Amino acid sequence: MSIALLSLIVLGLAALGYLLGRQRALAAAGGDMRRLHSLPSYYGASVFLFTAVPAFLAMVLWLLVQPVVVDRSTAAMITAADVPQGSSHALVMADVRRIAAGLDILVARGMDEDLLATMRADLSDIRGRLGGVGVAVAETVSPNVFEAAKSYRSLANTGRLAMAAAVLALAVGGLLYAAFRITPDLRARNIVESFIRVLLIGASTIAILTTLGIVLSLVFESWHFFRLYPAKDFFFSLTWNPKFGGGSSLGVWPLVWGTLYVSFVALVVAVPLGILAAIYLSEYASPTVRGLAKPALEILAGIPSIVYGLFALITVGPLLRDWLAMPLGLGDSSSSVATAGLVMGIMLIPYVSSLSDDIINAVPQAMRDGSFGLGATPSETVRQVVLPAALPGIVGAILLAASRAIGETMIVVMGAGAAAKLSMNPFEAMTTVTVKIVSQLTGDTEFASPETLVAFALGLTLFVFTLGLNVLALFIVRKYREQYE
Amino acid sequence: MTDLSAGLPHAPRSLFEADARTRRRNAAEARFRFYGMAAVAVGILALVFLLVSILGNGLSSFRQTGIELQVTLDAAVLDKAGNRNPEDMKKVTTVGYGKIIGAALVEGLAGAGIDTSALTTKQVSALLSDEAPRRLRDMVLADPSLVGQTVPFRALASGRVDGFLKGRVTMESARLDSNVSPEQLEVVQAMKDHGMLSLAFNPSFFTNADASELRPESAGLGVAMLGSLYMMIIVLVLSLPIGVAASIYLEELAPQNRWTDIIEVNIANLAAVPAIVYGILALALFINFMGLPQSAPVVGGLVLTLMTLPTIIIATRAALKAVPPSIRDAALGVGASRMQTIFHHVLPLAMPGILTGTILGLARALGESAPLLLIGMVAFVKDYPSAPPQGFMEPASALPVQVYQWTQRADPAFVERASGAIIVLLVFLIAMNATAILLRRRFERRW
Amino acid sequence: MNAMQTPVIDAAALKPRIAASGVQVYYGTNHALKDVSVDILDRTTTAFIGPSGCGKSTFLRCLNRMNDTVASARVEGKILLDGQDIYDKRVDPVQLRARIGMVFQKPNPFPKSIYDNVAYGPRIHGLARTRADLDEIVETSLRRAALWNEVKDRLQAPGTGLSGGQQQRLCIARAVATGPEVLLMDEPCSALDPIATAQVEALIDELRERYSVVIVTHSMQQAARVSQKTAFFHLGNLVEYGDTQQIFTNPQDPRTESYITGRIG
Repeated sequence: MSIALLSLIVLGLAALGYLLGRQRALAAAGGDMRRLHSLPSYYGASVFLFTAVPAFLAMVLWLLVQPVVVDRSTAAMITAADVPQGSSHALVMADVRRIAAGLDILVARGMDEDLLATMRADLSDIRGRLGGVGVAVAETVSPNVFEAAKSYRSLANTGRLAMAAAVLALAVGGLLYAAFRITPDLRARNIVESFIRVLLIGASTIAILTTLGIVLSLVFESWHFFRLYPAKDFFFSLTWNPKFGGGSSLGVWPLVWGTLYVSFVALVVAVPLGILAAIYLSEYASPTVRGLAKPALEILAGIPSIVYGLFALITVGPLLRDWLAMPLGLGDSSSSVATAGLVMGIMLIPYVSSLSDDIINAVPQAMRDGSFGLGATPSETVRQVVLPAALPGIVGAILLAASRAIGETMIVVMGAGAAAKLSMNPFEAMTTVTVKIVSQLTGDTEFASPETLVAFALGLTLFVFTLGLNVLALFIVRKYREQYE
Repeated sequence: MTDLSAGLPHAPRSLFEADARTRRRNAAEARFRFYGMAAVAVGILALVFLLVSILGNGLSSFRQTGIELQVTLDAAVLDKAGNRNPEDMKKVTTVGYGKIIGAALVEGLAGAGIDTSALTTKQVSALLSDEAPRRLRDMVLADPSLVGQTVPFRALASGRVDGFLKGRVTMESARLDSNVSPEQLEVVQAMKDHGMLSLAFNPSFFTNADASELRPESAGLGVAMLGSLYMMIIVLVLSLPIGVAASIYLEELAPQNRWTDIIEVNIANLAAVPAIVYGILALALFINFMGLPQSAPVVGGLVLTLMTLPTIIIATRAALKAVPPSIRDAALGVGASRMQTIFHHVLPLAMPGILTGTILGLARALGESAPLLLIGMVAFVKDYPSAPPQGFMEPASALPVQVYQWTQRADPAFVERASGAIIVLLVFLIAMNATAILLRRRFERRW
Repeated sequence: MNAMQTPVIDAAALKPRIAASGVQVYYGTNHALKDVSVDILDRTTTAFIGPSGCGKSTFLRCLNRMNDTVASARVEGKILLDGQDIYDKRVDPVQLRARIGMVFQKPNPFPKSIYDNVAYGPRIHGLARTRADLDEIVETSLRRAALWNEVKDRLQAPGTGLSGGQQQRLCIARAVATGPEVLLMDEPCSALDPIATAQVEALIDELRERYSVVIVTHSMQQAARVSQKTAFFHLGNLVEYGDTQQIFTNPQDPRTESYITGRIG
């Protein structure tokens, strides 16, 4: 039974429950709505919720747990002898799952279940048959692997059936329970509202679950990485040189350097321009100019980073190379720290300016009046009164911009280059943490190798770094706002 | 005590003349003002420069070079059985059609009196795209009655020929190019002069799937747009109800305690977590742990939902906050429960703000590419996914990822395609943002 | 003109510093001030009284062109400072405000140290050649604002850390430090407790010996206590202007009488 069909049945039952609940409530009150504690629809809704919610929860839970359980029990069937040279247990398990999926397709295409049960890997051409239905299996299938696949398949199918039974039982049980306890005095509205309240709370915990998911997946896989590769080398080595055959040096510093260098260039571009633009727009510009320039800057903020990446790749990179780097003899690469930094700076201008704008506007007008009243010019007022008063907020804004620059991916992937280097020359191609996360996770290396897993350690580094900056920035900005409230 | 009341020691008594110091201060003022103006101008110029660069590179992808031919569809070749049955005619592959088009091209060149003696036959047919025979075959199979006739057919020209008409390929570049020779370009020039070859609107850019490295001329955005649409559907269906539910709880019901504080800090931080980290989460959780398929819109949709949620929650909470407490008091005052107050009064009033925030969140999700790279959406997908819900699980591409993929190819023709795709993406984004602004204008309420 | 050596309340003998005639102010389409003509005398405290929204603060802000900072405001008519039109386009409002200082309703010290608050004006106008000059100006101004004894040991402490009354006296010291000829005070005591109010009032009386002081106030007792001349505003009109004593004891206009006896406002 497919999940879609099962969901439909549960929903159908719940709808039935709604009608039944309503009906029973009215009947219990002798058709007089006023004798009921709540509106009839609340009685219906309470049955609906009792039918659908526990059933769906059970279904989701089952779907999450079943693969783990099935994996565990089949993994034991694979012995060390079944793992070919250069492969790993995890890869063989992936094969098992693929074969099981292929067998499902074969059965769906009319192969006899009994035939499958007697089929043996060493006698029939499993690989050919699976290839026929579009499932590619590497090399020959060892008997153990095939048996594991068969058992995986039957366990999964049994699990599915059990799940359908459990879910339907819960739905029917919930329906009966809720429908038969209806009396005119039942506080149906309160029940429904408590139910909704629980759902709302559940929705709001998704934020926490997401954070938890991020942290767990990063930490878990990074731990795998550090078991394969010494943490000392990762954190203290100055070379980044992954090799397919193993023996890579995976020092994080060249990447951190590239990241910081690009972000620095970006901030050098974005911070002065953004703050000056914010000052001009909030303190000087006429309403017409503000009405035109502000949306224009906001458009700049709404452009996806892939667009900036393309801009760096096809326009800014060649331009910088032909007009600056080559005449100055500083390099001949169109991907460079300067390219990525400049374009990222442009991207951050509206971000810095809108944050600064908010912060500058939060400085009370009384401050400005005080300064104007003493005969200060607007620029003196801005520089000596408004900016010092807004300083903590602006520092917060710069930290937020820095965190965005460090985490930015597409611009550096397309504009900064791929060579991990520790160089001061801004016209040289360098690489960043985010670029390497992408390249290590999209490459062809196998997942369990340190060359791939290092991406998670890089991700963890990036996450900790940006999280620290964000928390600090949010804290500063919050303190700043409290000051003027 | 010094006497300060005598006024400024150096100030002129007249208000009408500025003293030296005031003049200096005013000059500094003018300079500062100019810096501010320059900063705004730099920002706007950067925007203009970016748009001009993208439009300049990409607009040409909406037009494509085709060669007008009179193709004789020989029945002896295309329909050996002679019964015009499409099932039987399918036996003839594109190779057979390729020969027919090649012949038609040679004939057309001769008819126009263009000298092709400097070219081999292979070089002549290399002017055509490998895609042309497939289109002819599709046309014939759709209408078998054409067989035996001589029909006009607009054959897709090869990428290099297209580049020549668009100025990307020149005689100089052809000398260094193994795929096209200056002699071929001479012929192309002559064909253009005879009107055999022209640029025309290119609908297949919107309908075709991606094409291989060797056929930039037939690469299109169809699968990418459909994949993006699928993901947006998932994002909308998941993030709007969850986001609104979470906001209602946090804004209207939650007690002020530690737990709520933790949630709030979490949401603020999630909004600032780098996109790539969400990609790592999706890879580890959805693909490795839950076993969802790679490259599938469902995974993309889920990760974009997680990324969009903070945006929607922040916007929804602002919208809820903007509904004045007097409305809640009024509803509670006539004996409505908290939930009834929220769902009957507060939520409907906040709806325009919520929808605006949702559209803006979707627009951001539509342009997001970094997390999609990690869940395998960079794979080369040449078939359309099927209709939902099955299609959600099948490989697809997405607009921004398609752009990235095209920029990674060697042929400069793909730069044009990538820029064209960006234009399409930007048009969608502008449409979404404009909708949001209109919505805000139309329903904005001041209390 | 005889040079006045001692402060004598003898209005007739004092020359007018500011002469305003036919002043109109519009905020967008709102006609906030209608045809006001007033002469502000030297070494005199002039009080502007009237109900909320009557235009008294608006008029005060016209006198040093603070209305320039409100984008929608438009001022018509003539205001002369020592015979020169302050709305003439040759006039630099910055220079004007150095000569006509202002103290605001809410104490608004800058988020800087007490010293820097007071030194701000002298610094931007270049009044001190040396650090010692500046120290002296700061001390003199703080003494004049009757704040010196309270803050002399903590000049580097932030100005925002003072109490409300101290903050307002700091703002007065700040305004005094640039050596203005006229001091405008917009309800300077509305945020202060009675003790602080008494201190500020004493200060105003002292300042009058050197400056022309214009004070907007809601409190009629205060106007009666500190001023020699009083102007009563109502609905954007200047209803009556004259000696304080005469306004409070023998008002000419029935509206003035209603206001000071508490029937309107």
